[in-house]
Amino acid sequence: MREIQEYTLDELKHLFSPAAQTGETMVLNMGPQHPSTHGVLRLIVELDGEIVVNCVPDIGYLHTGIEKNMEYKTYQKAEVMTDRMDYMYTIGNNLVYCLAIEKLTGLKSPPRSDAIRVILTELSRLQSHLIWIGTSALDLAAMSVFLYAMREREMILDIFELVSGQRMMTTYIRPGGLWRDVPAEFDAAVRKVLDVFPARIDEYEGLLTNNYLFKDRTKGIGKIDTASCLAWNVSGPTLRATGLAQDQRKSNPYSGYEQYDFEIPTQTAGDVYARYQVRVAEMRESLKIIRQALDKLPFGPVIDNNRKYVPPPRSELGVSMESLIHHFKLWTEGFTPPAGSVYTSIESPRGELGVFLESDGGPKPYRVHYRTPSIPLLQVMPILSKGHFVADLVAIIGSIDIILGDADR
Amino acid sequence: MGVEQKLGNAGIVTTTLEQAIDWSRTDSMWPLLFGLACCAIEMMGAQAPSYDLSRFGMELNRASPRQSDLMIVAGRVSQKMAPVLRNLYDQMPDPKWVIAMGDCAACGGVFNNYAVLQGVDEIVPVDVYVAGCPPRPEGLIHGIILLHNKVRTEKLAEWK
Amino acid sequence: MEEKIQLAVKAITEQFGATAGEFRGETTLFIPAEKIVEIFKVLRDEFGFESLVLETAVDYGVGKTPRFNMVYALNTMSTHQYLNLRAPVNDNPAEIDSVESVYPGANWREREVWDLFGIRFKGHSDLRRIMMPPNWEGHPLRKDYPLGYEEVQYTFNYEEIKLKKPRGER
Repeated sequence: MREIQEYTLDELKHLFSPAAQTGETMVLNMGPQHPSTHGVLRLIVELDGEIVVNCVPDIGYLHTGIEKNMEYKTYQKAEVMTDRMDYMYTIGNNLVYCLAIEKLTGLKSPPRSDAIRVILTELSRLQSHLIWIGTSALDLAAMSVFLYAMREREMILDIFELVSGQRMMTTYIRPGGLWRDVPAEFDAAVRKVLDVFPARIDEYEGLLTNNYLFKDRTKGIGKIDTASCLAWNVSGPTLRATGLAQDQRKSNPYSGYEQYDFEIPTQTAGDVYARYQVRVAEMRESLKIIRQALDKLPFGPVIDNNRKYVPPPRSELGVSMESLIHHFKLWTEGFTPPAGSVYTSIESPRGELGVFLESDGGPKPYRVHYRTPSIPLLQVMPILSKGHFVADLVAIIGSIDIILGDADR
Repeated sequence: MGVEQKLGNAGIVTTTLEQAIDWSRTDSMWPLLFGLACCAIEMMGAQAPSYDLSRFGMELNRASPRQSDLMIVAGRVSQKMAPVLRNLYDQMPDPKWVIAMGDCAACGGVFNNYAVLQGVDEIVPVDVYVAGCPPRPEGLIHGIILLHNKVRTEKLAEWK
Repeated sequence: MEEKIQLAVKAITEQFGATAGEFRGETTLFIPAEKIVEIFKVLRDEFGFESLVLETAVDYGVGKTPRFNMVYALNTMSTHQYLNLRAPVNDNPAEIDSVESVYPGANWREREVWDLFGIRFKGHSDLRRIMMPPNWEGHPLRKDYPLGYEEVQYTFNYEEIKLKKPRGER
């Protein structure tokens, strides 16, 4: 039988104040299984009565060894594992991995594939924000928002299933482009989402934005300022809610984002309510981007033609000997990018999601490291929660929108 | 010639004690809130309005293991989490059942490495395995109905 | 190379004896491991690289020198350009100075490198394992650590694996 391996308070005394040793303050465990830590997060909280003096997060309960496992698989097979890290933004994980491979090998994604990538990434961002608003409102006991958000989310998951066959872990984006072209019903399905959504977002705002109970529980709670955010390398809506308009889609554009016209919503208060407002405004901006990308969707191929990295279409295999040889080499050995290392990053709903990829010229990646945005967000928990009540901890964890699969990999 | 024929329309049904208790056990099993990773999102989707779990009496997840009878292990179980899971299972009162939802809980899934337990049945006895990565909400509902059928056929001598 | 990065690279190569390289549009500075804290202070205070975006390690195998390379990436909010840095780390003992005093966000990232690679950080305030349980032995992401692969059960070896697999009881 396994034993739970624990730290004693003695080993952790450098993290808590001296009052914890004497018993004046209480050290409490908000364990891995808890209704409002989203996922398996353990918080060791030092309390003075009901006020939080210090809060130490303990992660690692979802560590899956994905980075080591990817070193044992070829590049194409390793992509399947990337979906499962940040499981709310699955398309984004695939996208950043493929962007890193494209940077390393020099593949170019054609314009039609770029536009479809943008549409799917923005739909995935919408879906992630819907889950966030549902679960964080559920923690503050607004249950109807959760039910409405899940109902909307089904529409987006139906589009993912239409395009790739899978609701969440699609692996639809491949190095060089996409797996296959979108079916004919894609346009109508996405337009239906665009027609229905603005009214639904108004519904959520009607339930929460001017609700005095919600404002009471969220205004002035969990404040952080821009300098701390930059020192701890926090990015995403948490940074934008402190006043700095920083977004990877505008500063280092990828996949053709420079052609679309959208704004970066910011607030200045830096508290839980400001982050809520930023994310709701981001949902509306996403709808704008999807509409522009869908209207301008160009015709053309959806994957690059470079047969050293991209498999040939099956219709050619019966006719051309070269295609057969390329297909054989790609399926048995896998493609071999040149040696070197790159770092690419995109904007995920939590912040900057980046991949560090090092290749040694072989068919398997030598080192893949995902620079995930949830780690800095968890590191600033002590700053956000100092001086608040235990009940406010729940609001704070909901507002920073962490995904533990992202932090632990 | 049983009791039913003599009673006519008196509004009385007869059954065995075994069947009555098995039926009542299935109709309001409360799950323990135990979503670990991606399968938890599909479990939340199954509780959402489109694939309602409330019709099985399972709309509320109890946070405390002392108040629940079903543990749906949804997601991958890592080395650090395994003793915690066993601890929670030990705290649940009898009768209790376990559904292993998803490939990672059933057999280790995509991850065959040092960090993930190859199937949660290495530490707790599992009643129903639901396959999929993640399984569709309808798949989870199918697993729950299989569990209900299994509970309905339990015999008095084997009650725990 | 963009101008601000060019100035920074020039200053660091002259002052500390580093070398610079460029690959796929990204600039990398190869710096000596002993002077790492001063280099980071110069980059943060004089050149305005406010955030440490990436901190990880690469293992090159048991016999190689240097065995590990620490990889860092810095970002600046004024021009949003990245500057990569690499520092070599030898094997016995695998140690390097911690940059937590310059960038506080490096705290957990260095704990992760300690846990998974075994590189000790001198001057770190709280070096303990973060991903694996506290009494785990070994450093999983090193190249000589096995994957921990379990034999797949097919019909021909079903019984023999079933005997070896642990089984949970009530």
